[in-house]
Amino acid sequence: MSQVPAELKYAKSHEWVRVLSDGRVEIGITDHAQSALGDLVFVDIPEVGRELAAGEACAVVESVKAASDVYTPIAGRVVESNAELATAPEQVNQDCYGSGWLLRLEPASADELAGLLSAEAYTELLAAQGN
Amino acid sequence: MNQILEKTIFEYSRPGRVAAAQCPPAADAALVASAKATIPQALQRRDAPLLPQASELDVVRHFTRLSQLNFSIDTNFYPLGSCTMKYNPKACNQYAMLPEFLGRHPLAPASQGQGFLSCMYELQEMLKEVTGMKAVSLNPMAGAHGEFAGVAMIRAYHRSRGDLARNEIIVPEAAHGTNPATATMCGCIVKEIPVDAEGDVDLDALAKVLGPNTAGIMLTNPSTLGVFERKIEQVAKMVHEAGGLLYYDGANLNAILGKVRPGDMGFDVIHMNLHKTFSTPHGGGGPGAGAVGVSARLEPFLPVPVVSREGDHYRWLSEADRPLSIGRLSAFMGNAGVLLRAYVYMRMLGREGMSRVGEFATLNANYLLARLQAAGFDLAYPTRRASHEFIITLKRQAKELNVTAMDVAKRLLDYGFHAPTTYFPLLVPECLLIEPTETESKETLDAFVEAMVAILAEAETDAEKVKGAPYTMPVRRLDDVRAAKQLDLTWKPVDSAA
Repeated sequence: MSQVPAELKYAKSHEWVRVLSDGRVEIGITDHAQSALGDLVFVDIPEVGRELAAGEACAVVESVKAASDVYTPIAGRVVESNAELATAPEQVNQDCYGSGWLLRLEPASADELAGLLSAEAYTELLAAQGN
Repeated sequence: MNQILEKTIFEYSRPGRVAAAQCPPAADAALVASAKATIPQALQRRDAPLLPQASELDVVRHFTRLSQLNFSIDTNFYPLGSCTMKYNPKACNQYAMLPEFLGRHPLAPASQGQGFLSCMYELQEMLKEVTGMKAVSLNPMAGAHGEFAGVAMIRAYHRSRGDLARNEIIVPEAAHGTNPATATMCGCIVKEIPVDAEGDVDLDALAKVLGPNTAGIMLTNPSTLGVFERKIEQVAKMVHEAGGLLYYDGANLNAILGKVRPGDMGFDVIHMNLHKTFSTPHGGGGPGAGAVGVSARLEPFLPVPVVSREGDHYRWLSEADRPLSIGRLSAFMGNAGVLLRAYVYMRMLGREGMSRVGEFATLNANYLLARLQAAGFDLAYPTRRASHEFIITLKRQAKELNVTAMDVAKRLLDYGFHAPTTYFPLLVPECLLIEPTETESKETLDAFVEAMVAILAEAETDAEKVKGAPYTMPVRRLDDVRAAKQLDLTWKPVDSAA
């Protein structure tokens, strides 16, 4: 059973969103996603300053099985990318909700957050997909 | 784990050790001197090249041992989905190795290579006939190279009409990874669309992404899910009406050979993996051949050179004949030796033989599918008939027994079978993509089923045994994560400093 922390928001495409204290948001991939991908060997993160539309491919996570796009659940400007993943992509496998975060955004609008899945709804989605 | 399986040939080297019987006679001294006179002093080599010096016996043993480490179609069943690892008849090799073919210089004038050119012309004609396309170029030297040529032609077509906004290529999520990569390399933006629960393209999603920016769609049919795209005529109509073109990825052509033609389905451009469907050796990096075929409107853009027949004479068409060509994709005209093997293969099969390829590839896949399903394996698309390949998912076994698709794949090696394709396509979790091809006997297919059944029983009673596999190979389970992160393929000769 994969972990789904209650305080985060989720996207159907298996990303999580955390609202930080300064209103910025942190984005990563869920425990289910990292487990399905297997050991990551490469993470490609977006440049700081890039403007992203909701649902746009913003990062690539590559494992020994496959390379996969990561889609930003909400629109915004990239203010920080997790540069440590360049040399330590395994952090996404070890701590996907913590040190394995991918990017931080200045959200274009706070309203978009309401459209994301709650932990409960995401858990149901996983169950519906047979996980 | 740094077990040395076989030393490099350099490590057998001892100064002065040679196989005198294998040495070519010394070149004529006067000839060498006159040749050297034509090369500027500064460009002449002063030191002898660092080549190994070994005895004939050491060389024979070294390469024999290396070949014994190999898992190949000549030694084992190789049901590697989407790769069409069929048997390569030795006759193809034999005829392609005729001294008249081998001795031909690629720069020799066409008048001195009419035999070779006629073979290439007939190969073009046969490929046109079997795919239903208007024209063929044999230039591309691999499948991905053919894809690049195909999408480059789609772009050139739109550009020639001044239709400059068309830069989006639509790719279903079940596509080969090379499809989005090709589109990106050609400067296009990739639009991914989903497939429905039965594996067909989602037409609503297709309608949404079609528009004035659509350059085309790339499809494999049958798809990588091992099922035939049933809505292909509708897809073709929608894409054409939106002004886009249809690209056929020929990776799975084996399934429909002699039965259905991509040209008749509405495709405008196709690449053919001659090294899959037309049985030239492949695996381990080639060489391949990715001939491209096109509909009439793309013919002017075909890569040159192309062989044309004028009366009873053959010649290469060049940029002068095809000013709109996307250009040359190889130094000469493609992988001549591979093309010859494919030519001989097609001539041996003939028209009737070619439809038997499609029939038996499909029959073998469906036989394996039915037997594995009866043995308790879960099919990814249980309502669909297989094409030439099919997918089983070990999601249930991974959850209940903690035995993954990779564990089963590795254990199969111990039973003497090459593993099927694992974890592809990505949208099916814990999957094995199995393609037996038409060249395997019922006995081999039955033996494979027996091995799968035995492994399933092991997984239920002794999962650790399966998870520890393989036990009988030259190497045990490799650290694929470390191999990807710390790839180091360099080797320094011990006395290179000397």
